[in-house]
Order: sequence, then C-alpha cells, then structure tokens
Amino acid sequence: MTAVIEANGLGKRYRQTWALSECTLAIPAGKVVGLVGPNGAGKTTLLHLSVGLLQPTAGSITVLGGRPGTTPDQLARVGFVAQDAPVYAGLSIRDHLRFGARMNPSWDMALAEDRVARVGLQPHQRAGELSGGQRAQLALTLAVARRPELLVLDEPVASLDPLARREFLQGLMEIVVEHGASVILSSHLVADLERVCDYVVVLVDSRVQVAGDIDDLLATHHRLTGARRDPDALPRDQHVISESHTDRQSTLVVRTEGPVLDPSWSVQQLDLEDLVLAYMTRSVQGNRRPKLETRP
Amino acid sequence: MIEFHLDSRSGVAPYQQVVQQVRHALRLGLLEVGDQLPTVKEVVASLAINPNTVLKAYKELEHLGLVAARPGIGTFVIKTLTDDSLAAHGPLRRDLERWLSKARRAGLDDESIDALFRDVVRSAAAEDVA
Amino acid sequence: MIRVALRQFRTEAIVGFGLLAVLAIVLAVTGPHLAQVNDAFQSSCRPAGDCATTPNPVFRVDVPLQGFLPIIVTVAPALLGLFFGAPLIARELETGTFRLAWTQSVTRRRWLAVKLGLVGIASMAIAGLLTWMVDWWASPLAAATKDRLDPGHFGWHGVVPIGYAAFAFALGATAGVLLRRTVPAMAATLVGFVAARVAVGNWVRPNLASPLHQSLSLASTGIGSLNLAAQTGTFSLIPPSVNIPNGWVLSTAVVDKSGKALTDQYVLHACPGYGRFPGAPPSPAAMQSVHASCLNTLSTTFHTVAAYQPGSRFWPFQWAEMAIFLAAAVALCGFSYWWLRRQ
Repeated sequence: MTAVIEANGLGKRYRQTWALSECTLAIPAGKVVGLVGPNGAGKTTLLHLSVGLLQPTAGSITVLGGRPGTTPDQLARVGFVAQDAPVYAGLSIRDHLRFGARMNPSWDMALAEDRVARVGLQPHQRAGELSGGQRAQLALTLAVARRPELLVLDEPVASLDPLARREFLQGLMEIVVEHGASVILSSHLVADLERVCDYVVVLVDSRVQVAGDIDDLLATHHRLTGARRDPDALPRDQHVISESHTDRQSTLVVRTEGPVLDPSWSVQQLDLEDLVLAYMTRSVQGNRRPKLETRP
Repeated sequence: MIEFHLDSRSGVAPYQQVVQQVRHALRLGLLEVGDQLPTVKEVVASLAINPNTVLKAYKELEHLGLVAARPGIGTFVIKTLTDDSLAAHGPLRRDLERWLSKARRAGLDDESIDALFRDVVRSAAAEDVA
Repeated sequence: MIRVALRQFRTEAIVGFGLLAVLAIVLAVTGPHLAQVNDAFQSSCRPAGDCATTPNPVFRVDVPLQGFLPIIVTVAPALLGLFFGAPLIARELETGTFRLAWTQSVTRRRWLAVKLGLVGIASMAIAGLLTWMVDWWASPLAAATKDRLDPGHFGWHGVVPIGYAAFAFALGATAGVLLRRTVPAMAATLVGFVAARVAVGNWVRPNLASPLHQSLSLASTGIGSLNLAAQTGTFSLIPPSVNIPNGWVLSTAVVDKSGKALTDQYVLHACPGYGRFPGAPPSPAAMQSVHASCLNTLSTTFHTVAAYQPGSRFWPFQWAEMAIFLAAAVALCGFSYWWLRRQ
C-alpha cells in the first residue's frame, strides 16, 4: 500500500530539548489516523513537520511522496487545520473564502460556499465573532475546499463543547466519504478518536510508542490477570507492555500474535484507551523491553 | 428509513452494533424487502464514525444474505427475518405489556424482570432440546 | 497572493494615503499664497538691490506649517517603519495565522516577497510623494535660503526620505520576524532607525566625497574661543565657527603655513596679555584690546582652514545616501527570508 506519510528517524530539536526523536513511521493511505499522546509529547511538532511549517533537525519525512512545503503543488495536496483553528479575526467569512480562492488554484468555491451554508455560517460574519466550534468549521472548510489528498488536523476538537465536537466529527467523516481524503488528526483525548479512526499512532515523551491499524492492535493486545509472577517468565513471543503488581496479583498488558494458552491467566480484551494508557505507562516506567515495529 | 445509534460503552464493536440494529429492524418488520439502507455518507454524518465501520457492517449483512449492494444506487434489503409470525406480534406485544405492568406492581425492577425473562427463555429452550 | 496582501494591508493603506491626501489639500491651498508673497518681495527688492539685506516676509507666512512640515517629513519614515513594517509579519506570528497562511498553495518565499514588495513600495511611494509635496510647497522658502546640505535641511528634502522609508520598513519587518511580537518590534525599529540615521548623518555623509578646503584669514574668523576651566586652571582652545555660503562646514582649524595647529599654550605664549588679569575680571574694553593685538600678532603666521562640502554636491549626496539605505533595506529583506526558512 502506498504510504501517505513516511518518516525515517525524524527528529526536531529546539535549543537543547528534542521535541521529537527517532520517529519512524509508514502511514498507509486511505485511513483516518489518530495521533494520540499526552500534551507536550510532540504531536504538534510531528504535524507541523508534515505540512512544512518546521524543518527536521534529524532524519527525513515524506508526505504523499514529496518533501512537505517545498512547492506549490506539494502544498496544494495537503490541507491543514492548526490548533485552535487560526483565522483572520478582522476578515469576514466571505473574505476568507476569497482568500482561499486566491491562494489556491485548486479551490472549489461551490464546495466552500455549500459547506459554509450547511454548517450555519453567514458570509458577512466577521471571523473574530465566531464561537470556537464555528471557527473550527470555517478552518475545516478552508482546508477541504482546496481538495487535498491528505487532511492534517491538530487537536481540532480539544476546546469544543460536546455538541460542536460531534458536529465537527460528523462533518469530517462526511468529507472522508465524499472526497476519499486520508486524514490524520491529533488529540490527547482517546474517546474522540476511537469512533472516527481506523489507524493510531501513540506518541509519548517525543517518541512513537506504537503505530498500526486499530483492529489489529486491539486483536493482538490483551490484559492478563493472574497470580503474581515475574513478567520475564513469559514466553518470548509475548511482549509485556505494562505491568502492575500487588502482593498477590499481577496485571500485565501484553502484545502477542498468537493466543494466550496459559490457563492461569484471565485474558481480557482492551479498548483503545486501555491500549494507549498501557503504552504511556510503559514509557513512564522506563521499561527497556524492545520497541515494537510499526505495522503497515 | 432506519436510524442507527451507537452505544460506545456497550463493549460491542461499532460495526457489530450496526449489524445487530439492522437485524433487529428486520425482525420487527421495520425494514422490509426492497427497502434501502441509509447510505454510508448518511450513517457517517449522523453517527460520526469511520466510514469503514459502516462498510464492514454492510458487508457482513451481505455475507449473511440479508442485503445486496447495487453499485451507484445503494444497499437494499433482500430478505426479511420476519415470517408469518409477524402478524402475531401485535397481540403478543399487548400480552407482554400486561405481564410487564403486573411484574412492576409486584415490585420487580428492570434488572430482575430481565433476569426472570432470560431464565424462562433458557429453561424453555433446554426443555425443547430435551 | 497580491490581492490577498492588498486586502490585508487595506486599513494601513487607507490611513497612510488618506493622511497624505489631507496634507496634499492643505499644501495645495496654502502653497500658492507663499509663492505670491515671495514673488512680490523679489520684484520689489531686485530693483532696489537690497534683496540680501531686507528680510523676506515669506518667512512669516504660515509659520506653524513652516515649523511642522520638516518634522512631518523627518518623522514619516519612522512611522512607516513602525506601522507598515513592524506588524507585517509579527502580527501573523503573534496571532498564529501564519499556520494558515503558510499552508496554502503559495510558497513561503513568494508570500514574503509579495508582502515585502507591496508594502515596501507603498512606503516608498508615501515618503516620496510627501517629500515632493513639501519640497514644492517650500520652494519659495528654499529660493531664499541656501545651505541645502546642512543636517537640518538635508534629511527632509529631495529623495533620501524614500531611502529612509524603505530602510525603516525593512527594519520593522525584520524586527517582527526576529521578535515575533508587534510592539517589541516597533520599539526595536524606532531605536534602530534613529541610530542608523544618526550614524549615517554623522559619520558617513560627511565622507561621501572628499571634503573641500578653504583658507580664510585669521582676521575674518578670529582664533576661536579660549576657555579657562576654573577648577583645573587649564586653558582650551576651540577653533572658530565659519560660515561658507552654500557650503556645509564639517570642521575648522587654525593652522600655520606648515599645517601645524594653533595650541592654547602658543596663544598664551604669543599673547601674554591673556594671562595678566590677577584678581578682578577685566573690563570689556581691556579684553577688546588684548583680543585685537593678539589677532594681529598671530595672523602673520596663522590662518583658518575650513573643511566643507559644497552645496553643488547636494544631489549626488542625496542619491548616494538613498542608495545606502536602499541597499540596507534589501539586505534586511534577504535576511528575513533566510531566517524564516530556517524554521
């Protein structure tokens, strides 16, 4: 499958700190990708690198086969909605649509106007007077009407109320169906992503912890509960992601391709939030078990 | 046209919930042969879920022989899960409503009613087998 | 992109060109009167031959305007730098809209080039039109005075304000790129612009061409001023100030035929009269006679040399200084681009 974002040892350093390091990804096209991790993990840095707002300090990144932000053609293929949906407060919505038309040869004005009407915005309204949800919808319209192949969204629903959040995601999913664009959106709230994404990248402490199809990941990760024991005693093909022990009991999250045959374990399914938490815990525990390869 | 809803805490995978809701509707006669299922776009726009989830559900229904996709037009019901017993649904429903109010007056809460009902269904099924 | 830049620049442009238009009207209305008064005076004094000695009434017409216009033209480039240049990129960085602007189908290079080019040209146009209008209005006054190269006059005539405006604008834009905030960028622009103007005016402009020298007799200029510092009891000798018609005097020195400068010790040695007033200060008459005899003594050996730039060099200096500021403006724009790319 063609990769929509490909990163190799990608890293970005500001002064002395690495905001992102050793990031290697191959994200397939045609997916809705969730980029999840705590605040400060490097999500915005990774997204900014993928749209050309930042240059790598180490490694490389290719988006849709080209280097981000280099030529007008490359820029036209990627639509971006930055955190908090920046818009020009002094310009009206109509002005913004004109802005889009003049800055983009691929602009579809009919689509833009239709979307603006459908989300209930008036062309004469000034962008500075819009609510957070309305601004997010305007920013999404500006990105979508360029007819990009990839849509990149940085925490698009973080500061929205539940209704605005639902409406935004509904609109986004409609766009995916209508235009077949690949989407990557970041969030520090997993619940948002679980309905909408089919591929996830977990970023903690500036590193990629795991990446893959959500269905695959949920099928290969399990929670094992049983009598207290040493995790190192587990079979080699069962990789422990996180562990917690009481004096009597051990609870482990493991990744394994095959079934868990040991009857002394009680095996449970995980949901996406559990999975992300396990990887976040692993990172905190400084667990030195080998990092997982990403799955295509 | 049927409308779907999603219970994110039910532990059932979203696509399974869609399949179940279609089957449920077929059983109750809310969907008949020839009816069109909502388009992927419509489902996605109302539920805010990934389009692949809907596609997966519709494929499963196709696999079960309940619906058929006509490219460019939509997905249509080709088999119903009701039978002649649908006619009996009306009186049965009323009987059930009466039983329910009796159970409530006896002091049973929803969970107890549910437990009692399932137990009876199970033992009856076991008797049938025997 | 050009239309986008125009739309974003709309408010500033309206204010800038609007103010210019208002001033144009004021000058158009008052200018002819000034010319009239001057013409009337010229036609009355020429036959009488006393144009140089009779005061020209034109200097008493519209005095407030005569006072304000030089200030307006001097301050205009700085204002353009502050209000056209500093917010240009700083505002986008400050409000975060650069994340929208730089992810459209326009490369950052083109975005920057259009914004800098459009608003830079507008700045230069405003400065140029303003200077031209004021030059036109003040021409009756200029006909009466000379000394066009002197610092009080040079900076608000001709073409240099265009260079100043371009530089102030570029400085503002660059400060905005580096500091990423509008108000600090404005402050930095003001400081930087004033420093540049002072530096160029004091150290570069006097040396744009080798100064000419003129010899004057000591009798016509005096030896300068001999000052006694009361606390230390030492003398210091300050060369005389000289006025050369239509020339900008840079420095004067009292020297002998071999070029050696006159020192205070030499004066005290050659003119003993200066050291002979114990107790009470001398009377003016007594001082007068000491001065006269001293001058007499020294003028056989010493004369005054003045280094100056002649007024005929006004236009070459104007073009040269404008070129310097334009080159600096271009360099700043290049730096801004390089800095933004490094992101």
